[in-house]
Amino acid sequence: MNTITTGAPVPDMTPAAAEIVVLVMACAILVADLFIPQRRREITYGLCLLTLVLAALATAFYVPRGTVIAFSGTFVSDPLARVLKLFVYAVVAAVFLFSKDYLKDRDLFRGEYYLLGLFATLGIMVMISAHSMLSLYLGLELMSLSLYAMVAFSRDDPVAAESAMKYFVLGAIASGCFLFGTSILYGVTGTLDIGQIARAAATLDGLNVHLLFALSFILVGVAFKFGAVPFHMWIPDVYQGAPTSVTLFIGSAAKVASFAMLVRVLVEGLGHLHESWSGMLAVMAVLSLGIGNVVAIAQTNLKRMLAYSTISHVGFILMGVLAGTREGVESAMYYTLAYVIMAVAGFGMILLLSRRGFEADELEDFRGLNARSRWFAGIMLIVMFSMAGVPPFLGFWAKLEVLGAVVDAGLTWLAIVGVIFSVIGAFYYLRIVKLMYFDDPDTATVMAAGVDLKFVLSINGALIVWLGIFPQSLISICNQVITAFP
Amino acid sequence: MDFPVLSTQIWIPIFGGLVVLAAGDNRVSLVRWLALVVSLVTFLAGLPLFANFDRGTAAMQFVERYPWIDRFNVEYYLGVDGISMPLILLTTFVTVLVIIGAWEVIKKRPAQYFAAFLIMEGLMNGVFASLDAMLFYVFWEAMLIPMFIIIGVWGGPRRIYATLKFFLYTFLGSVLMLVALIYLYVVSGSYAIQDFQGFPLGMREQVLIFVAFLTAFAVKVPMWPVHTWLPDAHVEAPTGGSVILAAIMLKMGGYGFVRFSLPITPDASMSLDWLVLTLSLVAVVYIGFVALVQTDMKKLIAYSSIAHMGFVTLGFFLGFSILRRTGTMEGAAMGLEGGMIQMLSHGLVSGALFFCVGVLYDRLHSREIGAYGGVANTMPRFAALMVLFAMANAGLPGTSGFVGEFLVILASFRANPWFAFLAATTLVLGAAYTLWMVKRVLYGEIANDGVASLQDIGVREGLVLGVLAIAVLALGVWPAPLLEVMGPTIEHLVELMMRSKL
Repeated sequence: MNTITTGAPVPDMTPAAAEIVVLVMACAILVADLFIPQRRREITYGLCLLTLVLAALATAFYVPRGTVIAFSGTFVSDPLARVLKLFVYAVVAAVFLFSKDYLKDRDLFRGEYYLLGLFATLGIMVMISAHSMLSLYLGLELMSLSLYAMVAFSRDDPVAAESAMKYFVLGAIASGCFLFGTSILYGVTGTLDIGQIARAAATLDGLNVHLLFALSFILVGVAFKFGAVPFHMWIPDVYQGAPTSVTLFIGSAAKVASFAMLVRVLVEGLGHLHESWSGMLAVMAVLSLGIGNVVAIAQTNLKRMLAYSTISHVGFILMGVLAGTREGVESAMYYTLAYVIMAVAGFGMILLLSRRGFEADELEDFRGLNARSRWFAGIMLIVMFSMAGVPPFLGFWAKLEVLGAVVDAGLTWLAIVGVIFSVIGAFYYLRIVKLMYFDDPDTATVMAAGVDLKFVLSINGALIVWLGIFPQSLISICNQVITAFP
Repeated sequence: MDFPVLSTQIWIPIFGGLVVLAAGDNRVSLVRWLALVVSLVTFLAGLPLFANFDRGTAAMQFVERYPWIDRFNVEYYLGVDGISMPLILLTTFVTVLVIIGAWEVIKKRPAQYFAAFLIMEGLMNGVFASLDAMLFYVFWEAMLIPMFIIIGVWGGPRRIYATLKFFLYTFLGSVLMLVALIYLYVVSGSYAIQDFQGFPLGMREQVLIFVAFLTAFAVKVPMWPVHTWLPDAHVEAPTGGSVILAAIMLKMGGYGFVRFSLPITPDASMSLDWLVLTLSLVAVVYIGFVALVQTDMKKLIAYSSIAHMGFVTLGFFLGFSILRRTGTMEGAAMGLEGGMIQMLSHGLVSGALFFCVGVLYDRLHSREIGAYGGVANTMPRFAALMVLFAMANAGLPGTSGFVGEFLVILASFRANPWFAFLAATTLVLGAAYTLWMVKRVLYGEIANDGVASLQDIGVREGLVLGVLAIAVLALGVWPAPLLEVMGPTIEHLVELMMRSKL
């Protein structure tokens, strides 16, 4: 793979074509939205979807192939970045679509939601393509600030405001930690360029105190964004308090960003310190698996339960990364993508069942779903078994790949811990199935959701089955794009 | 290329089940006939497995092998030998009967009920036909989903507790096996079960893998002391669920021992055979006594299943003590054959007994032994058949129950007369609990008005029980065709058991 570094007065803009498209379109929509009357708000929505399509086209056909490092080493466009971005566009498009009816029912169908969503997407894209700690930080902040605003978007809802406040304060601390770690790293290595950091770190002693100090702080920032225990406290409150459409965004697209951050910083930048961070990640992984799975059992609110389930899935993702091999990172990427596909469907189900004045985010709201809609009960069944890691669904292969990487790295004990906790985790997923299938419904309400939501949700469910029976495609994509590991 | 018989055994019922599901609960008659046709077609399509089976070889037959997931070298790799082929036929045979047995009984969501059984049939056949460990695991776990639904939706009052317990117990067992399989893949670079069988492993590795396998299979069999999910699951499951559970699902544990534990970890099996033998004998003797005191018919048969499956595992692991005692493996094959026959026979007999309980339950809605008495007076045809199955359960010569038990006891004599003594107690205990139940339920004066108003079995029920009765007698009187099919495979298995991998 040829690496071209373009510096010089007029940089080549093509590697960042997709980012430019999103930025220009977002600014244009921002202005246009002012002149669109509320009843025509669907135009904004349509333009935002169009933006994602254009960005996808740019990423797929216009951005140069291979690995290109641009803008004085701050930006990288490699196969990993392109695949993750394409995935993010699809996820964000699904999020936008799922949110439409929900927002309309709550009089929240305003341009701001979609615009903030676009800016958050831009932040995610910058993070994915970051080749400098600074651009990574900029992307992170752009995403986080948009998300803080999105959580608080339902202004009159005190719970949403509270969770936005928590999210903001804790998020700011985490960003601070990350920035602090970055500054120490700069002090030690004299550079912010991730490639140069990797080279500088390789020349230093692996037990260099300053380097480890920087690593610890950076890791706190990354773990916070991921929601790994013990930096998980914000996840349940924010997931539950935010409007479900925003939870969907945080639980899906933002997870891809966290994964990109993990790969860019830990694997590409500080891969040389693997010995040091794998131990830290192991502690976080085991704690995440334990606390996530055990506490999820006690939840009665589905959003909160899925929040804890996220934490446990993060444990698996960290397990993959900490294996410290190319297969490990590959499996973590596969797990992240698989998890996001499942999470979109899971939160999508809540949006499907919600209607005006009714949230459908309690476990009890799924009672007797099979009697109301066999089709969507079936999809939720698939999502739940997939999350529990039961074959032949997507989630199983994700777990299998991570376990394989972990065993391959000689950490069989970690694999055993992982599977034991997934048995514990199976309990709360099964409880949803139990509510849907074994109990009788309290109400016979019809689903008010639109055809588009139902259609995309069905596709999403079918995808979980399809990728479960034919996992090869997604696995080989991950295999092809994860190339960098020292 | 040959006709892919094994794929039809897996995919006809699965797709048929999906079609039944799509037909919907409102078209009851259509759904029933569709389900029956699908199950019959599957059964008939599987008959060439028996007819065209090459009885002179231990090699895998009807092999289908295609790449599935290149990245992990996982293949869609199917094939049967003398051990798995009879189990596939048993599965397709019993499923037909389960569909007929549920004909008018299931009123609630019939389409989902029939679909669940058909899909499960396909998955179970997949378990027996898979020669790729990951394919095996996929079927093995996926099978839990329809069973979870079957017990949970159509079960008795404590169905939710029972089904969650069933799922979590078996899931816990199998995830440890998953880690073992992944480990074997990592060291051997392949997921093919036959590659595992030939791959050399150190003693420590073997012991850990053996323990992981044991957890998975012991839960499934179930062996004492991890058997406690079974009585709950059986009691709460609908009749069809109990039948499939007893007839097929328990066999998967036994099948796992002969397909995985014995050939892949022979040295660990040899050094830890005392563990399996002890647990088996405890199951035979202790669980036999537990069965004696049951007042619920389904529970009684469930405990009797555990005791009978103890016989199976006993037969499988006798070879090593025979080797230690006599210096040869002569007799080991007898134990294995006995275990296999016992599995098939138990599949038929326990399935039939659960059908019998189902017949009574459909009429009086009670499984308590105390609620019956003198049933033979009002249901003579039913009583005749049930007595036959009870005799088979007690191991009466001439029925299928006798052949397996006899072979295992004979083999255990070679291993250790004390094993034979303890194993033979089952002849007494089995007769005691089964016949005592028959006496209390079927004979004596008519106990109450409910019994007095009983209608004898009709054509449909008579068909199910009659076909089972024929199968039980046929297997008991003339087991030779079956032994002929299994012979070479078992000889080969004994060789694998003897070949040290250290």
